[in-house]
Amino acid sequence: MGTLLRFAGVARRFGGILALAGIDLEIRQGEIVGVIGPNGAGKTTLVNAATGVHRPTAGEVHFEGRRIDRLRPDQIARLGVARTFQIVQPFPRMSVLENVAAAALFSGGARSLSQARDQARETLAFCGLQEREALPAAALSLAGRKRLELAKSLAMRPRLLFLDEVNAGLNPAEMDAALALIRATAARGIAIVLIEHLMKVVMQASHRIVVLHQGRLIADGAPDAIVRDPAVIQAYLGNRYAQRHGTQATP
Amino acid sequence: MTYLQVLINGLALGGLYACIAAGFSLVWGVLNIINLLHGSLIVLGAYLAYFAHQAWGISPFVFAPAAGLALFLPAFLIQRTILERVMGKPVLATLILTFGLNLFLDNAMLYGFKADFRKVIFDPPLGLLDLGGVLLPLDRFYATVAGLALVLAVWALLRTTHFGRAIVAVRMDREAAALMGIEVPRTYALAFALGAFMAGAAGSLLSGIFPISPVASSLYLGKAFVICVLGGLGSLPGVIAGGFALGLIESFGTLALGPELALTVAFVLLILLLMFRPTGLLGRQGFQ
Amino acid sequence: MSRKSWQGLILVAAGAAGTAALLGLADNYVLRLATTVGMYAALALAWNLVGGYAGYPSFATAAFFGLGAYTAGVLQSAVSLPFPLAWPAAAAVAAAFAAALGGAILHLRGHYFAIASLVVADVLRELTNMWTDVTGGGMGLNLPLLDVGGVAGQARFYFLAMGLMAALATLLTWWTDRGRLGMALRCIEQNENAAQVIGLDTRRAKAAALTLSGLIAGGTGAVYASWVTYIDPTDVYDVLLSVKPILMALLGGVGTVAGPIVGALAFLALEEVLWRNVLEFHAGLLGLLVVLLVLFLPDGLRALRRRAAAGG
Repeated sequence: MGTLLRFAGVARRFGGILALAGIDLEIRQGEIVGVIGPNGAGKTTLVNAATGVHRPTAGEVHFEGRRIDRLRPDQIARLGVARTFQIVQPFPRMSVLENVAAAALFSGGARSLSQARDQARETLAFCGLQEREALPAAALSLAGRKRLELAKSLAMRPRLLFLDEVNAGLNPAEMDAALALIRATAARGIAIVLIEHLMKVVMQASHRIVVLHQGRLIADGAPDAIVRDPAVIQAYLGNRYAQRHGTQATP
Repeated sequence: MTYLQVLINGLALGGLYACIAAGFSLVWGVLNIINLLHGSLIVLGAYLAYFAHQAWGISPFVFAPAAGLALFLPAFLIQRTILERVMGKPVLATLILTFGLNLFLDNAMLYGFKADFRKVIFDPPLGLLDLGGVLLPLDRFYATVAGLALVLAVWALLRTTHFGRAIVAVRMDREAAALMGIEVPRTYALAFALGAFMAGAAGSLLSGIFPISPVASSLYLGKAFVICVLGGLGSLPGVIAGGFALGLIESFGTLALGPELALTVAFVLLILLLMFRPTGLLGRQGFQ
Repeated sequence: MSRKSWQGLILVAAGAAGTAALLGLADNYVLRLATTVGMYAALALAWNLVGGYAGYPSFATAAFFGLGAYTAGVLQSAVSLPFPLAWPAAAAVAAAFAAALGGAILHLRGHYFAIASLVVADVLRELTNMWTDVTGGGMGLNLPLLDVGGVAGQARFYFLAMGLMAALATLLTWWTDRGRLGMALRCIEQNENAAQVIGLDTRRAKAAALTLSGLIAGGTGAVYASWVTYIDPTDVYDVLLSVKPILMALLGGVGTVAGPIVGALAFLALEEVLWRNVLEFHAGLLGLLVVLLVLFLPDGLRALRRRAAAGG
């Protein structure tokens, strides 16, 4: 499996705050990598650094061997990196179909509006939104809008997809559906970086978990190993979770 | 002309310019409205001062607060009844609305006062102060000192009085302010009225130095813009800095390119600033 | 055929019929009014590309218009370039200027963009005033009278010329609306950040819109200059040339093809009524009209239609 995305010594400072410090991380093809950490740990900043929203104050980011940390967000998007937002960002007055068609048109290789719409319909079907294609995006429920966000990303034909808190605000049934969709997406060969709060989702879905704490990467490994890692337990999981999973917590 | 003279010329108008821009900056910073009516309000204040001088011989430098007060209540009502309806609407709506009001006021003044320039004539003339070879016209001196005093007075008002602090609170966080019992629409109207007060006062000060006519209203509006962007929006210290900066730019600009181009130089600078440093020289958000 | 195609067909048919009727039946005064309608329709459509579709409140229309007028004027008077070359050249110059301006100010949002675009016309006006050798400065510029016949001939010619500008503007808007650029601009207007995230080069799209806006407004200015045969800086860089098109587009419906045209027609009809009856203070009343429009018809005439459809 080749390396798709590589963070090399990436740091990002905002005024006096060091949001990211010396991140070294690789994402490989076909992986689903979970990124966890408390609020303010730097998870979204990590995504922003990779997608051109924030330029790293130190270090480099490489995608498919090419340096991308100096590029604009739209350039990075066209290279094959897609992302969703914690607070969904649809085009509210455009229909569901048009929302996805736009993505297909500007990143997904569609050469005309009608081709874009055809591609969009395929993606909508994959995401289970085809019944609602004519609705304005603003009219969807939160779960629907999250799906739309995912559909837009997929229509871009990305090779790497950042999913930022895609489960926030969903009920358990919606979450299961989302999980199924994530797995189906990965099955298409798209590497996924899953930023999540919910341990259940991350543990089930990820091949590998990466833990951020105060801007630093404190652990990187298989889900079972992470759960037992003392540093992680201290910082994030808390002693109760560790106890529930039969690990001794340090007093 | 010596550089020192050019410098003094530039500084001599700083306080006045600060006064011109203060009301504009307040309204923009607090209500997020670019008040295209501002220049006309200045001209109206100037006319009031002119007529007061004709009728009762009051010096326009002294009359300034009265001119401001005359505009306070009408402005309060205009905000309450008309502008309040477009608060929070997109930029275009508020710009066009104040444009329309300005068109109305300008033409009303043209109709009433005619376009010919009026000038307050001091008899005997105020003369110049000779500071060892460098000349300082007294009318400008009085205007700048009075202007500065008014701006500082408003600054103090914002920081100490209840309604002043309400204005600042509403700017920083409208919802929190409302939760704390501040009546937001009334505060907006007060802020707008205060802006009009400053405009009227500035106009009065201006009438002591420059000829006035309704056709000059866009000139003063333009200066107010430039000063706000120069000094950074939403702070009175910024307005003072911007006012002096514009005075200096115009003075040195006149030296280099002649008087007609002085404002154009300022506009070009405005565009350059907007391109590279929209937060201005002092660059601060939120009205303080 | 889709609803939009029907609307388009009706628009074209109405335009053709109207043009024929006016040419055949109208007197010179009415033709002049119609020419003004054509001019403002073009300007409103020009603004609509930037302000309506992309949502960027541009006040630069007057700058492009004046630049086009002066470029055409100077080319025809100083270099004796015939108008079929001077007019496109003027449009091209205005378009190039718009592209350059876009590079300078399109990264600004909201109020800042509005002010910067507003100020540009002032700067151009002052520069034109200064450059007396070429432009005649404050004393204005005289253009050669075109050899298209007497008063009646002139009236008809310019009616057709402005009509052509309006038609071109409509065509460009229609092409934009249906295509990639229209999609891009709508995305930018609704959520500029999201637009970038899906791979849209927002800078290029916005610049394209502003350039087209400059092209149309500049071309219209060029025709205007020949029409009136005498221009001066205060006249062609007038801020009202930026504001009225906005009002018209707002009135008729922004972000559509027909909206600015309908708005121009409605607004000018209203203005004509005002002008006819209240000669002296009509500009002031225009101000009041503007205020009323913004307060009570924020969605333009569409709101009236919707209310009529809903409540009868």
